[in-house]
Amino acid sequence: MRVVVVGGGPAGLAAADAAAQAGADVVLVDSEPRLGGQYHRGTEQHADPRVRHLPQSTVWATEGRRLHVRTGPADSPHRTGQVLDADAVVLATGAHDHVVPFPGWDLPGVYTAGAAQTLAKAQGVAVGERVVVSGTGPFLLPVATSLVKITRVVALLEANGLGGWARHPWAAAGKLGELAGYAPLLPRVRTRTAVVAAHGEDRVTAVTVARLNPDWSIREDTRRRIAVDAVCVGHGFTPRLDLAVSIGCHLVNGFVRVDATGATSVPGVYAAGEITGIGGAALAAAEGTVAGAAAARAPHPPLNALRAVRRGRAFAAALAAAHPLPSGRHTWLTPDTTLCRCEEVTVRDLDAALTRGAADGRTLKLTSRAGLGLCQGRVCGREVTALATARLGHPLPDAEAFHRRPFATPLRLGELADTPLLPEEDP
Amino acid sequence: MRITIDGEPHDVPPNRTLAAVLIAAGRQSWRTTRTNDRPRGVFCGIGVCFDCLLVVNGVPDVRACQRFPADGDVVRTQHGAELPE
Repeated sequence: MRVVVVGGGPAGLAAADAAAQAGADVVLVDSEPRLGGQYHRGTEQHADPRVRHLPQSTVWATEGRRLHVRTGPADSPHRTGQVLDADAVVLATGAHDHVVPFPGWDLPGVYTAGAAQTLAKAQGVAVGERVVVSGTGPFLLPVATSLVKITRVVALLEANGLGGWARHPWAAAGKLGELAGYAPLLPRVRTRTAVVAAHGEDRVTAVTVARLNPDWSIREDTRRRIAVDAVCVGHGFTPRLDLAVSIGCHLVNGFVRVDATGATSVPGVYAAGEITGIGGAALAAAEGTVAGAAAARAPHPPLNALRAVRRGRAFAAALAAAHPLPSGRHTWLTPDTTLCRCEEVTVRDLDAALTRGAADGRTLKLTSRAGLGLCQGRVCGREVTALATARLGHPLPDAEAFHRRPFATPLRLGELADTPLLPEEDP
Repeated sequence: MRITIDGEPHDVPPNRTLAAVLIAAGRQSWRTTRTNDRPRGVFCGIGVCFDCLLVVNGVPDVRACQRFPADGDVVRTQHGAELPE
């Protein structure tokens, strides 16, 4: 049987290895030239030698367990198309940084924490000479750790308090070893503090930093300006759900719903890693092992990985509880603040659409244009949904509207025209 | 390997993305937006946001953070929405 794994990060690598060890014919499709995903950037990773790895390959559409793939340099019109039919699919598409919008976040020099990390770790390039790191969650620590080696970090800001972890001592204790690596930085973390605005004409030259109330509303008397040439922001992660949604997998609380074996609601389709809940690389790898073994119908369940999944999920739940994004963040916005970076839709534009009666995600997109640009709502979708929900006083009836992408990635018309409709005959 | 960026020759080490080449050369932006003509550079750095677009060998809308240059590539700033040359 053939198992196709989509995504070459910790979850996808583990799934591919487990499925190959169970005797399946495994294809691992990954958009990067090298395996490892966002987590292992800069350190060489290898799959089981029996796995057929398709690097620089992106799944742009699905028809059930038939996957449409293009392979070649990013955004080149000369990529080649192929169709893969799978007996089982493991989706391990991961997550990207989530960023809460604030005035000036669209200025050059404002980066996601992940961008700064990738440029530092994989490329050895510093995003600036005076850098502020701001947001929420433990990922800010490895980012700051990479940055202090190559540039000057003038402030390291966590918008939440750290009290949330006190309520989950066992979950935190499991990660203490990892945390020890960041010990030199811990005294520099300022809690309940955030970058709430970035300033500059054509690039960022300063930020406003303020103390926050527990709901993230600004304590007005605490605003102060700091000169910087780069800002790195990260407010947790957004799962990359487009392929799961297009295959028809049910979601729960914004993530793919899976059973104990990683099976989704669609027969033959499994999911592992951050698209099933944000929990870090160790949990993702354990979930990948479980899902890969199940997808390949391994005779014996991987008991160690199943135990690791249970432990990891307890940590993931504590993580989500300790680093919430409370609604006071909307007080950072002004009418001129950009929400959708691609289509340059402001808070004022969104409010106008709501005033004209848009009350569901689809109408909101079509009337405000938020989410209709090249990123297909990946960057703004969650925040537009959250702001509209807060303004309307009720959730949007089609909250997954911002994840529905029949084309999972933009494609040139010429590429669409030469798309093969059927798989090549296997030799 | 050697590439051209906005008419200037650049020697590029292997395994470096176009975005890293540009940032290491001191650039923070290399595209303008379609509506408000605002400057943009890298934001997400992992191929998600499509902010870091530029024109490579006459083809617009290439993500600088995802593209590894090839020897002789001609790279330039993108102005708003552009059609292929």
